[in-house]
Amino acid sequence: MVSLLKRSLAIISILVIGYWLAQGLAGVPFGEDKMLVGHYYLQHVKEQTGAVNAVTAVVVNYRGLDTLGEVTVLFIASTGVAALLWRKKRERTAKVGGSPVLTVGTKFLVPFVMLFGAYIFIHGHLTPGGGFPGGATIATAFLLLYMAFTIYEIPHKAFEKVEGLAGMGYVLVGLIGLAIGGYFLFDWIWQDWQWGVDNIGRLFSGGFIPIIYTIIGIKVGTELSGIVDNMLKEEVRE
Amino acid sequence: MNVPDISIYYFGAIALVLIGLYAALVKKNLLKILIGLSIMETGVNLLLISIGYVSGKSAPILSEGVGPTQAVDPIPQALVLTAIVIGVATTAMALSAVVLIYEKYRTLNVEEIRRLRG
Repeated sequence: MVSLLKRSLAIISILVIGYWLAQGLAGVPFGEDKMLVGHYYLQHVKEQTGAVNAVTAVVVNYRGLDTLGEVTVLFIASTGVAALLWRKKRERTAKVGGSPVLTVGTKFLVPFVMLFGAYIFIHGHLTPGGGFPGGATIATAFLLLYMAFTIYEIPHKAFEKVEGLAGMGYVLVGLIGLAIGGYFLFDWIWQDWQWGVDNIGRLFSGGFIPIIYTIIGIKVGTELSGIVDNMLKEEVRE
Repeated sequence: MNVPDISIYYFGAIALVLIGLYAALVKKNLLKILIGLSIMETGVNLLLISIGYVSGKSAPILSEGVGPTQAVDPIPQALVLTAIVIGVATTAMALSAVVLIYEKYRTLNVEEIRRLRG
């Protein structure tokens, strides 16, 4: 009876909250042009950043400092997972490997999945995607390896080093901008050197967006594979 | 009490948020509560994206035939791109906390955990 009471109370409060939300959103027209600063970004994105994909330009160029903060949050979360699950001795305890379909498919697909992830983050300024989805795709390849083979482990030392170097690389790109252009994360490749001005819409354009997205892709890929590794291991007692 | 007239996308977003809220309020299994939080997050993302939509316009990638006046608002999409990644990271962190709780109490039922502690 208690659970029934609790359940009906929850349903009633949810209906009230839903009615309030709907009432509030009734004043926000759907499908109308509500852009304020969005118009400015869309008008100037090609000349100011060299990117075709306005979303990527907003994420990396106009609001690059935000993205640096976001990468920091991701780093803290992956460090937190590692700290919460830390034990003296941890090993993979899975006894049953993947089925033949999974193992053969993994052997076949892993290089292509990684290649596709790299494609996503290198072409972030041209096509949908970017460093975060690309990195997640690369981590999926490692997840496949973990699921298919009971003894597989990522090379931890190398991954940690690559992750740290990628994080430093992002800050370094920002500091070079500070030295050349006078403010942090200044896009010196596009605005000072004007590389790729006749190349808009092709791979070699977009200023430092491909560079930063490559760094972010590597960092996100290594961090998410580290999270997968931490979650799949268990403590071993002697 | 008149029924507010909202678009189907807003309705879907609100429905997702409410389903997640229901799971977080009523369910007793910690994993189910986390799933509810994830569903709520999806609803919020859908709401942001649908607020940025402008009817009849295409994705904000300025290729052939898509000029600056024919694209939707890029800012909500950029925000949601970041929100998704942060959501994945925080979910992973919450899950590792759940792993610790299970190791300590050998149960995932929130009421039993409360009783064991008290």
